Amino acid sequence: MNRSSRLKLAAIHAGLMLMCMVTLYPVLWVVKMALSPTDGLSLSVSPIPDAVTFDHFREVLLSTDAAGRWVFGRQLLSSIVVSGATTLVGLTLAVSAAYALSRFRFPGKEGGMQALLITQMFPATLMLVPIYSILQKLHLLDSLTGLVLVYATTAMPFCIWMLKGYFDTLPRELEEAAVMDGASPAQVFLRVVLPLARPALAVTALFSFMTAWNEFILAATLLNDPTRFTLPVALQRYVGEHKVEWGKFAACALVVSAPVMALFFALQKHLVGGLTAGGVKG
Amino acid sequence: MTRLLALALLATAWTAHAADEAEPLKLWHAYRGGEEAALIQVAERFTAKTGVKVDLLAVPYDAYGAKLTNAIPHGAGPDVFIFNHERLHNFHSQHLLAPATGVIVRSDYFPNTVQALELDGQVYGYPMAQKSLALYVNKKLVPTPPRTTEELLRMLPALSKADEGRFGLVYESGDFYFHAPFLFGFGGELFDASGRALFDTPGMTKSLAFVKKLQDDRYLPQEVSGALVKSLFNDGRAAMVISGPWFAGEVSPAVDYRVVALPVVSETGIPLKPFLGVEAAFVSAQSKQGEKAQQLARFLSTGESSRIRVTVGRQIPAEVAAYQLPEVKDDVLISSFREAARDATPMPSSLEMLRVWEPMKLALRGVLQGGTAPQDAGALADRRYRALYRERPPDASPLPWLGLLGAMALGGSVWVLRRPASALTFQQRYPDVKLAVTYLAPAMAGLLVLVFIPFGVGLSLSLFHHESGEYSFVGLANFVDILASRGYSITEPLSFYFTLAVTLLWTLVNVVLHVGIGLFLALLLKDPLLKLKGVYRVLLIIPWAVPNYITALMWKGLFHRQFGAINGLLVALGLEPVSWFAQFSTAFAANVATNTWLGFPFMMVVALGALQSIPQELYEAAEVDGASKWTQFRRITLPLLRPAMLPAVILGSVWTFNMFNIIYLVSGGEPGGGTDILVSEAFRWAFQRNQQYGFAAAYSVLIFVVLLAWSSFTKRLTRSSSEMLG
Repeated sequence: MNRSSRLKLAAIHAGLMLMCMVTLYPVLWVVKMALSPTDGLSLSVSPIPDAVTFDHFREVLLSTDAAGRWVFGRQLLSSIVVSGATTLVGLTLAVSAAYALSRFRFPGKEGGMQALLITQMFPATLMLVPIYSILQKLHLLDSLTGLVLVYATTAMPFCIWMLKGYFDTLPRELEEAAVMDGASPAQVFLRVVLPLARPALAVTALFSFMTAWNEFILAATLLNDPTRFTLPVALQRYVGEHKVEWGKFAACALVVSAPVMALFFALQKHLVGGLTAGGVKG
Repeated sequence: MTRLLALALLATAWTAHAADEAEPLKLWHAYRGGEEAALIQVAERFTAKTGVKVDLLAVPYDAYGAKLTNAIPHGAGPDVFIFNHERLHNFHSQHLLAPATGVIVRSDYFPNTVQALELDGQVYGYPMAQKSLALYVNKKLVPTPPRTTEELLRMLPALSKADEGRFGLVYESGDFYFHAPFLFGFGGELFDASGRALFDTPGMTKSLAFVKKLQDDRYLPQEVSGALVKSLFNDGRAAMVISGPWFAGEVSPAVDYRVVALPVVSETGIPLKPFLGVEAAFVSAQSKQGEKAQQLARFLSTGESSRIRVTVGRQIPAEVAAYQLPEVKDDVLISSFREAARDATPMPSSLEMLRVWEPMKLALRGVLQGGTAPQDAGALADRRYRALYRERPPDASPLPWLGLLGAMALGGSVWVLRRPASALTFQQRYPDVKLAVTYLAPAMAGLLVLVFIPFGVGLSLSLFHHESGEYSFVGLANFVDILASRGYSITEPLSFYFTLAVTLLWTLVNVVLHVGIGLFLALLLKDPLLKLKGVYRVLLIIPWAVPNYITALMWKGLFHRQFGAINGLLVALGLEPVSWFAQFSTAFAANVATNTWLGFPFMMVVALGALQSIPQELYEAAEVDGASKWTQFRRITLPLLRPAMLPAVILGSVWTFNMFNIIYLVSGGEPGGGTDILVSEAFRWAFQRNQQYGFAAAYSVLIFVVLLAWSSFTKRLTRSSSEMLG
């Protein structure tokens, strides 16, 4: 390695480290808030807490409600159920729709793709009023089922687009070969196409899961029972109008973010492949 | 296995939902902690006494009001609910409340608490507790509390040392609820004789000037939040605090304090009069067990309930007899709050009152942040008030619209039927239609019910005007008002064009930064000799993994005037701390910084993928031809990145355009709605400005039109870029 390229590498390292610091700093700051004993925050730059306590975590994680129920446990469970079911339902529906849009010829295909794209442009906060009435009519208010259906459908257009883009990049020859070998259309889809689409499926699953795990406006409106709340709604309660409990907020924020971050990093290898393959032809 | 588990869990959730067949009384509240515990005890007593079961439901405060107005008319609401009296008119006009007349005994309660619940000669609800502001005094720092503002002003210099973070008086000065005592104390009025809101008054000017001086003299910190009040008082760095009964629960046991009435304004001889909020048990008009519900509501507000609510919930009861109980009489905190509430003005529960908050917030922040002089603030608030208070547009006839719809349907079907028949049969042209339908049907059904129908309903809502639960058809009036910028000039933050300009700027700046930073990092990471590549990449995509509302709240904290790390950094560098949300430029910059942090990893990942797809041979060939690095970048990297980056950029621009969470949670539109983008503006019209759903829907239709235009433009872009590549 010659000198100039070593210099260049040093510069690259310096640049990346700087950016990493910028990226990490806010996160460390939240960690500091979560670990600091009081909400007494002072003007300080250091992201290292002066004193460490786990009180905030204990209160957030272990508190029971007045009826003695372990609130956090129930909320965690409903978050997991909602996000898991959303991923399952959303992905199943999106994958078959995307395959149809990629491979079959039928009238209204182009228009349908455009319509899907257009749904991404309608501000979601304003669909709230109509969605509430519809769920009411279907008797799905204050139920996790209703929430799952809403999440799965609102995330679907994006999922369909991504998956369709990916399917478009898969060579048709493999499927044609399978047909030659006497495979039924369903077999082609399940045995040939799906295994090939694994990276895109992973990314889409991650996306659906994150949508459901992180959403709070709909959840706060559609759910009534605190033991059925998803975690973001619970988290929002710490940042109330008159009371802002930064310590507990920070502790809860870390707990809520941890699983998505873990999942995210577990799947991040696929991110590059899955996203861009979908993107190129999207 | 996991799939089965998820299904099983789903099934239990479903049955749990369907199982509530028995008929207990449903009681909703927004209490937490001690107040909640007290309410549960009270409900148990009620069940023990009457045998009627009570189902309690704690609703988060922020969503509570909207939930009640949504649920009760649909018959999904509670039998009894506990709410502050200030939305009495609003609830009444939507027919949510059953009158308490005939059951309630007026003399049970303090007269001003019953008055607060009176409307057209009827009493709605049973007063349970009162809430008003009082002065918390740190006994160690202030042995004798000030009784007049003169005494207060004399004490403050010795108690304040702003450089050390010590202040004589701390309260949430930017919130009108906390400013109201000053307004009334300086002889100001909020409504004229006809009940219309009044802003431009001498009392307003004097009270604002008084508070502004306190802040300029640095007796009062700037941009005070609830968290700051708490931390300063608990650290012994705030000598006096103005707050309500709820604050007592937040004071640390180490602080020796007492609560007294707010001082008297020396200039006028009038005490600083806080608003009186009355928390009451309301009976829902839709309750199927009206009699039992009235019984429960009365039970909640009197006798044993008062005692439990005082001792466990630390509430200030509205019942007169409660103050004879030994537990209450000897409770200094409770009795001093009762004392302080004597001068309080019941907060008007009229619709007009609801309209006062936003203009007053604007005026108050304008003065405190230094942009507006106290004497001009009233006029500023008045202008905002007029803009927000839209007259109801005249009803329009829906007939031409129905006609148009019919004509379009007819024209459409004629067009479909009359299209020249293709030589091939339908079956030949589309051989897989049946298969396609099977694959598409489930997704289509879901999308239809939960995306396209709400979308259609949203579209048609834009032709209606919504007021107190009733819709009237007004045709295009909403659009005309928005596009003609009626009521405000084009350069004002409330005008559609101003907000549109801000939104476009916001989108442009963000997308440029996202792509710029993302591409830059991707190029750095691409270097084949680089070690630790994986580590860097993992660290750099962290922001993407953090839920974006957490990011927003986190950055709001970072930009905080007093304890934000950004100001900490500025001070460490020897600069002055900045009030980030006081000016458009800095508030906008704060929003952009947050969103940039949040958004660059996505672009980085896309760029990384796109860079990988560029064949290395091209660079080698260029190297051989003697092309410089820059030329290689310009001639190879950029053109080949374009097709992969373009869809991501388009998607990113749409997301940014509608990035509600960041704007709403970071700057909250400060200063004065200047940094609001179209979506957050639409949200405010719908949920914060008297539920003008129709107007908000018209706003979102315009958002939609803008994005549609943008997408058809970008479609051409992508097409030309793919053509370029062949």
